[in-house]
Amino acid sequence: MLPDTPGKPTPVTGATFDEKLANARKQLDAHFVETVRWHFSPETGTPFWLEKAKTFDFNPLTDVKTFDDIKRFPIFEDEWLRGGPVRKWVPKAYADRGVYVFETGGTTGLPKSRIVIDDFKIDYEMMSDTLPDKAFPRGSNWLMLGPSGPRRLRLAIEHLAQYRGGICFAVDLDPRWVVKCIKDRKISEANAYKEHCIEQALTVLAGGHDIKCMFTTPKLLAAFDEALRNGKLEDKFRSLGKPIPAGGLRSIKAAGIIGIFSGGTEFTPQFTREAYEEMLDNGDVYMTPTYGNTLMGLACSKPIGPDDGFKITYYAPQPRAVIQVVNPDNFDEIVPYGATGRVLLTTLTKEFFVPRFPERDEGEREKPYEKYPWDGVSGVRPFAALAGGTVVGVY
Amino acid sequence: MIRIPALRFGKPYTSLDKATLVHHVTGEPVAEVSQVTGSQIARDIGTCERAHKELAAIPIRDILAMYKKAADYFLNATLPCGDAELSFADYVRNLSATTGSPMVFCDRNARKVHYVLNNIEEVVGGLTRGLDVEALDKGYSTKAGRMQAFYPTTDVFGAVLPSNSPGVHSLWVPTLAFKIPLLLKPGREEPWTPYRVLQAFIKAGIPAHFMAFLPADHAGAGDILRLCGRSMAFGDDRTMAPYKNDHRVEIHGTGYSKLIFGEDEADNYEKYTDLFVEAVAANGGRACVNASAIWTPKNGDKIAEALAKKLAGMKPRAWDDPACEISAFAKPEVAEAINNMIDEALKTPGAVDVTEKLRGSPRLVKDGRIAYLLPTVIRCETPEHPLANKEFLFPYASVIECPQADVLKRIGYTLAATVISNDASFIGAALACPTIERLNIGPLPTNRLTWDQPHEGNLFTHLYKQRALQIADGHTPRV
Repeated sequence: MLPDTPGKPTPVTGATFDEKLANARKQLDAHFVETVRWHFSPETGTPFWLEKAKTFDFNPLTDVKTFDDIKRFPIFEDEWLRGGPVRKWVPKAYADRGVYVFETGGTTGLPKSRIVIDDFKIDYEMMSDTLPDKAFPRGSNWLMLGPSGPRRLRLAIEHLAQYRGGICFAVDLDPRWVVKCIKDRKISEANAYKEHCIEQALTVLAGGHDIKCMFTTPKLLAAFDEALRNGKLEDKFRSLGKPIPAGGLRSIKAAGIIGIFSGGTEFTPQFTREAYEEMLDNGDVYMTPTYGNTLMGLACSKPIGPDDGFKITYYAPQPRAVIQVVNPDNFDEIVPYGATGRVLLTTLTKEFFVPRFPERDEGEREKPYEKYPWDGVSGVRPFAALAGGTVVGVY
Repeated sequence: MIRIPALRFGKPYTSLDKATLVHHVTGEPVAEVSQVTGSQIARDIGTCERAHKELAAIPIRDILAMYKKAADYFLNATLPCGDAELSFADYVRNLSATTGSPMVFCDRNARKVHYVLNNIEEVVGGLTRGLDVEALDKGYSTKAGRMQAFYPTTDVFGAVLPSNSPGVHSLWVPTLAFKIPLLLKPGREEPWTPYRVLQAFIKAGIPAHFMAFLPADHAGAGDILRLCGRSMAFGDDRTMAPYKNDHRVEIHGTGYSKLIFGEDEADNYEKYTDLFVEAVAANGGRACVNASAIWTPKNGDKIAEALAKKLAGMKPRAWDDPACEISAFAKPEVAEAINNMIDEALKTPGAVDVTEKLRGSPRLVKDGRIAYLLPTVIRCETPEHPLANKEFLFPYASVIECPQADVLKRIGYTLAATVISNDASFIGAALACPTIERLNIGPLPTNRLTWDQPHEGNLFTHLYKQRALQIADGHTPRV
């Protein structure tokens, strides 16, 4: 088990739910003010924001008192993340630290780049704290069946496994190639590539590494399940001259997986239900959906299941990130609970400050609950006004 | 509102994802159809090997008898439709409501489906070219004096269906008679006919786990075509392009059907104007067997004018009016896009819209939530004009002059061609023309079907492959 990475916030406490709500808000206000000061102070600040501040009609160092002051900042444009020099995003205080760069997109034009030092570790350690040990036993080995290359997920999942005392195996998967195939309508090529990725996963599983946990995306989970049901893991065992265990290897459960952490692309209640009922032996294999991206980190879901109609509600890792559900025509207006709006993300870490970034998603605003005493979002799906313009959920 | 579940080889499945179908005129919800995912489809296809074996064990005569009963139920019984029960009239009404195809067309086309169900032996005979049906039990026949042996090419036949006309369903209906389990992905707006046919089969005694009704999105359709050993799909050239070289998929795409005059008959064009009208405009002009071009060595202007005169009188009518001649577009933006496409192409010199001139009003008619495209005849000066070889979802035809000696070399792919000529050498050339799939010689409209012949592909040769078989004396294979 790895020790905690410095910078992990302390959990919100409170004797009652109302007290937790109030404390969470206090924590957010304080964290926000501290983060803004960090990024805008001449000593520690981020070159990009120090330059940008010259265009503001307020002083971020003195005029920001509570999280409500987030409205003073301009809406974050993800175009700012395209092209370099990438150093403009590294806070001066971290100039001597090792810096990772993670990219999103990249199939046409320049990809968006985000610098990271420890954020992905902290995000995934916080995520780890929400995982049940029964489904994700400490010391278990993991399989990362998701995108590789300049993506955050590859390293993040590996860190998650290591943090929990395990070792992570991975596949090679280039989602940009899949997007290219789909855009060129080379569907059979895209399918062949998917099979190639699944084949790699089966090879890892057949290697006898006692893998119990995995990360995968909804589409790859379905493809993985399909391959197992078609006896592909059994075939792999046979080709390696290994005996097939009694009971076979034709389901995710039979393959020895007991916990799945899934995300990366859109998660619908119907897919969740299908996974629960038809791939994961009615919940015998535990699955937790997540919502995240390279900019924000990752949001955890309330436990899913039939009792709640497989509804998926996400909560951001506050105070390091905040999800707001807003009127798409007026980002200053938060929609009422239960109403639909566009997802607005704010990232507040010492490494990266992203105020109010309009995600390409919409959803319904959800009330805080015991474990996450702040707003959540459910029914996340591509924002209707933008849907169709991009290729989503390819891997 | 009717709630229609998916049918997963015998198991009704109500999904959390549903498509709501609305009445094309009023916008009121008519039905909510459960949608399944591609991975569910894949999982269900995995059960078909066993179902195929069970279906193969049922004697063909029993299956044919069940088809007869199903035909009766399809036309005369009240059959389940999700949480409702529908008579044939209810079914036709719903079909028209969600597709925009007038009730009179829906009724007429649904009766084609009934015909196939009711005359299944004739249809099977047509597709197998007279093979003794017992060969479907034994795998071979020696009745005609020669060994004829076949083996199935798949454990399941998948059909990715359109929403435009129920007539197309007659193509997959014989599948179970060929003892192959059936998987249907209905068109979004047309769950009605596939669901009703399956219910008729079930009521007639065919076990429900031999057939599936799996509404899904485009990705789900792709999964069906990827995973079924044999399938059919309907779509335009662009949608179907990835499957062009996939022998497992029978493509029903753009038809580019044509009427072709020989030199000898082109002066008698007036005799054929009713035939033109039927070929171009029957069924609202939406079928791939509707003619979309008339090729003639002479009299192009006169032919265009004669046809336009007949078609220009067609007007939009209410969807339930028995005199309806054209279909509404439930999505007016589609009509608008087609209209713009034609107007844009007309800017290229060498073509004129003859109907619009005669009618004196525009082609596009908007009416509340819906739109219509009025029949259109375009006189093109050359076969190269961008409107010469086009097909649209409404009565549309181009008229092109081309010398008889060249015409068969220039027409390109033609699903159905009617050649109007008595010239033996021209007819001989048409018989030898490799780009014509269905050929009518003489005054038979392109959309006229004969059920004792294969049409638009051959389901039997798609589902079965011929093999050489020798049986040593004294060996009788078990059936």
